[in-house]
Amino acid sequence: MSAKTAKPVQLRTPLGEEVLALHAGDHVELSGLVYTARDEAHLRMQKEGIPFDPKGAVIYHCGPVIQDKRVVAAGPTTSARMNELSGFLIEKGVRALIGKGGMGTRVRDQLKGKGVYLAFTGGCAALAADRMTLKGVFFEDLGMAEAVWVIELDRLPLVVGIDAHGNDIFGDVSSHAEAEYARYRQS
Amino acid sequence: MKSTDQTRIQKALAEATFEAYKSAVIRLPPDVLRVIEQAAATETSPVARGEFANILQNIAMAEKLGVPMCQDTSVPVIYLTIPPDVPLTQELYAAVTEGVRKATKEVPLRPNVVDPLTRHNTSDNTGHGMPTIHVKPGEMFTVTVFPKGAGAENMSRIGMLLPSQVGQIEKFVVETVYLAGSRPCPPIVIGVGIGGTFDGAAAMAKEALLQPLDCMTEYERGILAAVNRLGIGPMGLGGDFTALAVKVKTAGCHTASLPVAVNIQCWANRHATVEVPL
Repeated sequence: MSAKTAKPVQLRTPLGEEVLALHAGDHVELSGLVYTARDEAHLRMQKEGIPFDPKGAVIYHCGPVIQDKRVVAAGPTTSARMNELSGFLIEKGVRALIGKGGMGTRVRDQLKGKGVYLAFTGGCAALAADRMTLKGVFFEDLGMAEAVWVIELDRLPLVVGIDAHGNDIFGDVSSHAEAEYARYRQS
Repeated sequence: MKSTDQTRIQKALAEATFEAYKSAVIRLPPDVLRVIEQAAATETSPVARGEFANILQNIAMAEKLGVPMCQDTSVPVIYLTIPPDVPLTQELYAAVTEGVRKATKEVPLRPNVVDPLTRHNTSDNTGHGMPTIHVKPGEMFTVTVFPKGAGAENMSRIGMLLPSQVGQIEKFVVETVYLAGSRPCPPIVIGVGIGGTFDGAAAMAKEALLQPLDCMTEYERGILAAVNRLGIGPMGLGGDFTALAVKVKTAGCHTASLPVAVNIQCWANRHATVEVPL
């Protein structure tokens, strides 16, 4: 995996082909609009359509705490739950998925030549909220955690977990852990 | 005790529960912060160092803004110590519940508690048997709120090992962390309950997480080193620190049993204790 200490790459939505140049391990700062979506929102979008323009859009796997039209806390949720639910979004032009913990090999393949998976540090809800302004909401009937919140980011610090070339830090780390664990078991 | 005293005690307990909950979700105990800072200073992977930088910045931002450090503000696990002059009544449980409701509304907390079968959300983080309240006698009247998020709790495990498998306990812990991978938001804290009974081991594993993290026994340090050799690292992005600390609690058990419970805790090992004024 490439491990850079260089200055973070600045990205702004809507994203275009610039994401194809990113490499797993690159630090980026993302500004512009993102759409939160967890399991229920993905199912609703599959059924009823995507309520925003997906071209160059960014999906954030997050169930925020919202109070008085303000983002109070908004860290990432486990992306793997959306492993089987993300293909249609990438097909429609979504360029980046943000979440924690990485995604399956299927999503890694779906992102090839199209987009990236950006990891945000789990639990960092206050840092996230400090960089966020609430802009709107879709599917509010799904409840606070599952609704699609439209949020404007100001330089959210992320790391490229899966790039558009098929490199996947989470996959590499998990293979390494598997080998270490197998060796440990036999010791 | 007069009923006016009872009412006063209930009010004080509800308020103390609210204060402890609020404090727990906004700022980490000093020992937890210390082990995170120490790990951040020695981590060698650049990607992992970025994760630690985000975690430390997040902790500072939560304090500055007075907001929860994580959007999973958890389900309430409560520990009460009751002095001899305070009668243990149903009203004390009601007072704790009232404090949880107030914290949900005013901090605010994300309403996380649902009916386990219908999945109906109660909207106030209370429900049948929730909050979980553990009571023990003590000198002082205190309430400890230990919010437990789902990501880490879901990766916890219990094993009824054989008495001949004392040497396999470390392997059981390492296996649990390996199976959890990136999901519990590493770097994690690992609470291990050894002995007692099936239920007792799980309770000890959780209580172990409340002990100071910056002093470990040789046994605990050995488990920590084995876990960290997995290299899962912060958020599963690889690195030296899959776990920050291991804490073990033991109790006597049946000669034919060896219960081992592993309670996985994310880096945000949030808990706060407030004394209830009498």
